[in-house]
Amino acid sequence: MSAQQAKLASQRKEYGRALVEIGGKNSDLVVLDADLSVSTRTGEFGKAYPERFFNCGVSEANMVTTAAGLAMSGKLVFASTFAVFATGLTYNQIRQSVAYPRTNVKIAASHAGLSVGPDGATHQMLEDIGLMRGLPGMTVVVPADASETYAATYALASMDGPAYMRFSRSDVPVLEQKNEFRLGEGSLVRDGSDITFIACGQLVYSCLSAAEKLSLSGVDAAVVNMSTVKPLDARLVEKMARRTGAIVTAEEHSVVNGLGDAVCAAAASAYPVPVVKVGTQDTFGESGEAAELLVKYGLSTEGAVQAAERALVLKRRLN
Amino acid sequence: MVEQLPKARSIEELERIAREVRKDIIRVTSAAGSGHPGGSLSSADILTALYFRLLKNDPDNPRWPGRDKFILSKGHAAPCYYSVLAEAGYFSKDELMTLRKLGSRMQGHAHTDVPGVEVSTGSLGQGLSIANGFSLASRLDGSDRRIVALLSDGENDEGQTWEAAMFASFRKLDNITVFVDRNGIQNDGFTRQILDTSPLEDKWRAFGWHVIVIDGHSMKEIVDAYTESLSIKGKPTAIIANTVKGKGVSFMENNVAFHGKAPNSEETVRALAELDGAGVGK
Repeated sequence: MSAQQAKLASQRKEYGRALVEIGGKNSDLVVLDADLSVSTRTGEFGKAYPERFFNCGVSEANMVTTAAGLAMSGKLVFASTFAVFATGLTYNQIRQSVAYPRTNVKIAASHAGLSVGPDGATHQMLEDIGLMRGLPGMTVVVPADASETYAATYALASMDGPAYMRFSRSDVPVLEQKNEFRLGEGSLVRDGSDITFIACGQLVYSCLSAAEKLSLSGVDAAVVNMSTVKPLDARLVEKMARRTGAIVTAEEHSVVNGLGDAVCAAAASAYPVPVVKVGTQDTFGESGEAAELLVKYGLSTEGAVQAAERALVLKRRLN
Repeated sequence: MVEQLPKARSIEELERIAREVRKDIIRVTSAAGSGHPGGSLSSADILTALYFRLLKNDPDNPRWPGRDKFILSKGHAAPCYYSVLAEAGYFSKDELMTLRKLGSRMQGHAHTDVPGVEVSTGSLGQGLSIANGFSLASRLDGSDRRIVALLSDGENDEGQTWEAAMFASFRKLDNITVFVDRNGIQNDGFTRQILDTSPLEDKWRAFGWHVIVIDGHSMKEIVDAYTESLSIKGKPTAIIANTVKGKGVSFMENNVAFHGKAPNSEETVRALAELDGAGVGK
């Protein structure tokens, strides 16, 4: 379970593969990109179905709104670019033309989070989950690994309405413990009685490693893969809060407005327990290798273990 | 499916309907106590010509699949849009008077709950991109529907308008006709003082569009320019309509104050009297 042994796989590749497959079955699928189609892998769809692929150039606002126009005309539209552009540069377009009219547009963004690496802070999007989950009616998905990205792409293609999905530039660990992906449902990938990790994206793997480590010191930690951040599986949050009495959230995102805040709100209104959030602590990133950055900013197995220890102290104080 | 063009109304008839629309604009913004009468009055002739003569549309069946598609990119001209749709019979004129009221479908900016409204708009600069999406979908579906968008003068300030303009010409989206309601006034003042977009014709031309400049209050010029746009192949058409903000009401014309302010009761009486007078002898 240690990081050295982790098998890695590309989420982007699986996204691109799923699009090509879905495109073969559904002639209404149209894919848009903004001059990053090699990186996001939408280019694969473009090669297979050139008449249904539109590279919009470096014009993200036009891309997202054109996607809305296509969707209003009955098309199923996936629009892709890097997470920082897909949400930060186009927030108002998504708000007015995608979320408000509930168009069937799926914004699928790669290069989310710190693991963008050497490109640095301008490209390391750490606020996108917050931006998107604030929009009424928006579904927000953060798949944990490559095969879940593939499954989530299918799930988004078969749901009606606006959605945002984000995944990594760098290859991420393959989860061995995993349940079938279901939109809107968290999945308990490891049961436990002392504390619950609720994570999304590649931090699910880090939390499983952390749970393993904690077990050596006698702590029985559960791990939930919360790959749908919105609508949040609040029932599962409540269930785990009751069962374990303490929660650690973990995400490759700011602790402001992300999964952590969503879980805090769900727990607070159902069964309040201590929650410690793993994520970037209201700061921008910097250049570096993906693995180095995750360690430096505490988005790691060690960071998750430390957060659990703090949560357990809080839990003891309450009891 | 039969061609559902509106009855071929004469220029005089269109002018009469536009006067009714202008009166509606005054009444509804007055009743609402807020809204955007200036830019609604400047668009009245274009919108009347579109819905009463040029666009394939069916007031009895707003979602008729064979319709042309119109996008009011300048969503703040909702009072004009709603008035034209009500005049055309999409819904009752009584409902118009609920504009901007709590619980009403008549939202302050164009909204799809209103029968006939194709797209909800309000934040400027997005309409042409929606048109691009409509256009691509029509092309994929082998449909010959026309896509028409009405942009405000101030919308030429928005970067997205130019992203969309570049995309449309690059993709040869010749099923798009854009009207630019060049009334010369934006929220804070005259465009030439806030952000001068001239030479606007040259800009649209440089972006690869077929450009026609007209008097946006001449029904004949509106009809002729639109008809010309239908014949242009290989590029989209921009009709730059020179208009007067507040057109038809003397004290509102070219008056910056009436961009986003409703007439009070005394002004409403005067405006309606002027508009009634304009019809006398015609």
